[in-house]
Amino acid sequence: MGRITLDKVTKSFGEVNVIPPLDLTINDGEFVVFVGPSGCGKSTLLRLIAGLEDVTSGQIRIDGDDATRMPPAQRRLAMVFQSYALYPHMSVRKNIAFPMKMAGIPEDEQKRRIDSAAKALNLTDYLDRRPGQLSGGQRQRVAIGRAIVREPSAFLFDEPLSNLDAALRVGMRLEIMELHKRLATTMIYVTHDQVEAMTMADKIVVLRAGNIEQVGSPLELYREPRNEFVAGFIGSPKMNIFGGNPAQQHGAAKIGVRPEHISASTEAGTWEGVVGVAEHLGSDTFLHVHQTGLADTVTVRVDGELPVKHGDRIFLTPEADKIHRFNEQGLRA
Amino acid sequence: MATQHARSAARLMLAPAVILLLGWMLVPLTMTLVFSFKKYLPLRGGDLGWVGFENYIRFVTSSAFWPSIWATLIIVGGVLVITIAFGIALALLLDQPMWGQGIVRILVIAPFFVMPTVSALVWKNMFMDPVNGLFAHLWQFFGAEPIQWLSQASLPSIIMIVSWQWLPFATLILLTAIQSLDSEQIEAAEMDGAPWRSRFIYIILPHLSRAITIVLLIQTIFLLGIFAEIFVTTQGSFGTRTLTYLIYQRVLESQNVGLGSAGGIYAVILANIIAIFLMRIVGKNLDA
Amino acid sequence: MARAVTTQRKALNTVAAWTVGLLIFFPILWTILTSFKTEATAIADPPVFLFFDWTTENYAAVMQRSDYAQFLWNSIFIAGGSTLLGLIVAIPAAWSMAFVPSPRTKDILLWMLSTKMLPAVGVLYPIYLLFIRLGLLDTKIGLTLVLMLINLPIIVWMLYTYFREIPGEILEAARMDGASLRDEILYVLTPMAVPGIASTLLLNFILAWNEAFWTLNLTAAKAAPLTAFIASYSSPEGLFYAKLSAASTMAIAPILIMGWFSQKQLVRGLTFGAVK
Repeated sequence: MGRITLDKVTKSFGEVNVIPPLDLTINDGEFVVFVGPSGCGKSTLLRLIAGLEDVTSGQIRIDGDDATRMPPAQRRLAMVFQSYALYPHMSVRKNIAFPMKMAGIPEDEQKRRIDSAAKALNLTDYLDRRPGQLSGGQRQRVAIGRAIVREPSAFLFDEPLSNLDAALRVGMRLEIMELHKRLATTMIYVTHDQVEAMTMADKIVVLRAGNIEQVGSPLELYREPRNEFVAGFIGSPKMNIFGGNPAQQHGAAKIGVRPEHISASTEAGTWEGVVGVAEHLGSDTFLHVHQTGLADTVTVRVDGELPVKHGDRIFLTPEADKIHRFNEQGLRA
Repeated sequence: MATQHARSAARLMLAPAVILLLGWMLVPLTMTLVFSFKKYLPLRGGDLGWVGFENYIRFVTSSAFWPSIWATLIIVGGVLVITIAFGIALALLLDQPMWGQGIVRILVIAPFFVMPTVSALVWKNMFMDPVNGLFAHLWQFFGAEPIQWLSQASLPSIIMIVSWQWLPFATLILLTAIQSLDSEQIEAAEMDGAPWRSRFIYIILPHLSRAITIVLLIQTIFLLGIFAEIFVTTQGSFGTRTLTYLIYQRVLESQNVGLGSAGGIYAVILANIIAIFLMRIVGKNLDA
Repeated sequence: MARAVTTQRKALNTVAAWTVGLLIFFPILWTILTSFKTEATAIADPPVFLFFDWTTENYAAVMQRSDYAQFLWNSIFIAGGSTLLGLIVAIPAAWSMAFVPSPRTKDILLWMLSTKMLPAVGVLYPIYLLFIRLGLLDTKIGLTLVLMLINLPIIVWMLYTYFREIPGEILEAARMDGASLRDEILYVLTPMAVPGIASTLLLNFILAWNEAFWTLNLTAAKAAPLTAFIASYSSPEGLFYAKLSAASTMAIAPILIMGWFSQKQLVRGLTFGAVK
């Protein structure tokens, strides 16, 4: 079981209000991602759930029990830290065994769980090494192993991949997702990387300045961002946002069009501009188009084979049904 | 940054250290303060009642007071000048590339670990003794009359002994500071054509100024309290009676606790004035 | 760092540094040498340096003094006891300040430092009086307590600077793993801080071993450590150079060895982290 409910939770550090009243329900077995720019309070929120920080007011319930004042140890949650936070003076085996030792689990049961975790995480050959002798990816696995053996009701991940290099990050991302499928345990995952959020989450929670901007599945957020902030944050490259005349034509204060929902042509189209930079990725090409009268730069995703280069004149046409309209307050109209 | 639980645990775990030090500071200091306003002669009648500021006035008007201040200033000043000047020179030397650097470092640091009574006694008997001391032999070798070090040149002798003990401390700290100097800075100055003297004055010395200040303050606090070196060598005679030694004599030798306590309060005030400067520097460093 | 210099320059540095180094070390060297001489050789005119009949009779003579073992034991007891006691009080305090800092932490640290600067002579009589009242005068326990108190600020400071280098996330991980505060300090913090704790221990053992105000003034026959034993050689026994040297060598040798191990940490400890 791992159902976590936040009820009007707030957090202030002295005078500074980091999290205004916030309600959130995380269902058993869900993979929930907290995403937002740095300083949005996502890590603080995770630490509140973990019990590493006190809530200023409100209630946290885990599986229906009031956990608001419970010390971290009693919440049956496991956490994987950004820095891995392995115990440098203990071998991998001892690191993984530590939570079980604290829980007073019998030795033979400890050994069984260590072996199975090590097998699952490809750590069998490294059990007697110290964390200092491992690579970043291996350390991350040890941290995960230490979390698994506790058989917690939920896993908390605090930007676990941000210290890894790009290639390793993709691999670890898949491993964590597979782990979730296998264990079917609730996971809460904090990241500032919207790609991680989109690819991993069952449910994304977009945060800004401690406020929840939107909660939903990745595709809900992609298709129907509730406001301009979410629209700009989810999706890569970023959604183009225009104000002024072109927006008024669509009866909105602002409109947004994703780069992949604009088609480009060298002959004719709704808008016209000059290609600044063309980023060729092979499969796709991202065009950064200037002098459109819409915005400084309009980003467009076109077919990788389209022969365009710097300085070319180009015509752009948005897909009419994929235009997002926002009102004066930036809310979806 | 932490939970209420952790904060209350933290207070609880800090308490023993704070209570112990608070007791250690307040109890005896209060007693000294009380004694200083009393005529208190343990061997001649004990507590003879309140006398107001009489002890404070008597302490500073006694014939021994100003000489003791002078002796203190000369010893502290002399040791500071010697240890800092030689300390800088030595630190610069030890920073140079050489063979056996580690061993030289060890040789230079060694005197700091010698217990004060040992160093005082070794210097007094084996070096400064006018008959059998090594210095006497040396002077004789050059055909000079051996010096009665601890009576004829008592202050310089004490300064020499104490400087020997504290030179390693100054050297070590200054060396650490020099090693933290970015060598690219010096190389850049060298490229700019700055001669060695300018490099020293404009780059190395300013970089060392903080370390020098720290050495100055910490040594001053310790030097104001030197005791064993005088206790073992001259017992305060031949003009080596420092403020600390004078207070010690008033309290334990002449058993005039009231008078000695007034002196003690003077010493506390003096030390605090210096401590304030030191704490400012240390405090600033805490924020960084 | 490693700048290219000519061999000639390096040789010059080496000669200069070794000369100065040996000069500074000479009094210790001379003491050690003299301790192996006979009393007659020790005061020979002109002095003899290396070429004499080496003898260990002085060490035997010093050891045979019925009370030498007592002084040595007192030194070990007082220095070791005060350091261990100090660590027991200081580790929790340093944990608090390093990992749960409050707006007052800095003030508390500086205040602790200020108690270290209290001139001992200013409180000599009250302590003396308290010791008589409490029956602590000339006892090892009493002296252990005093030395613990005078070194406690240094111990707290050193540990604080070491603890601050340990990432708080690791302690939080322990908390998540179900460790109580006791477990956290015992199984995670302390083992991780072993190098720091060891150098703190070493430096404070040295400071306590060499302390020569309270040890001289609060002890007589029973609890006197080596500082007092050596001071008793003042005169006229001090004229027995060889025996004085042997006693001195024995008093400083263990500390010299410990000191050489702790020299890197010395700066941090004695400047309260202000110079690293």
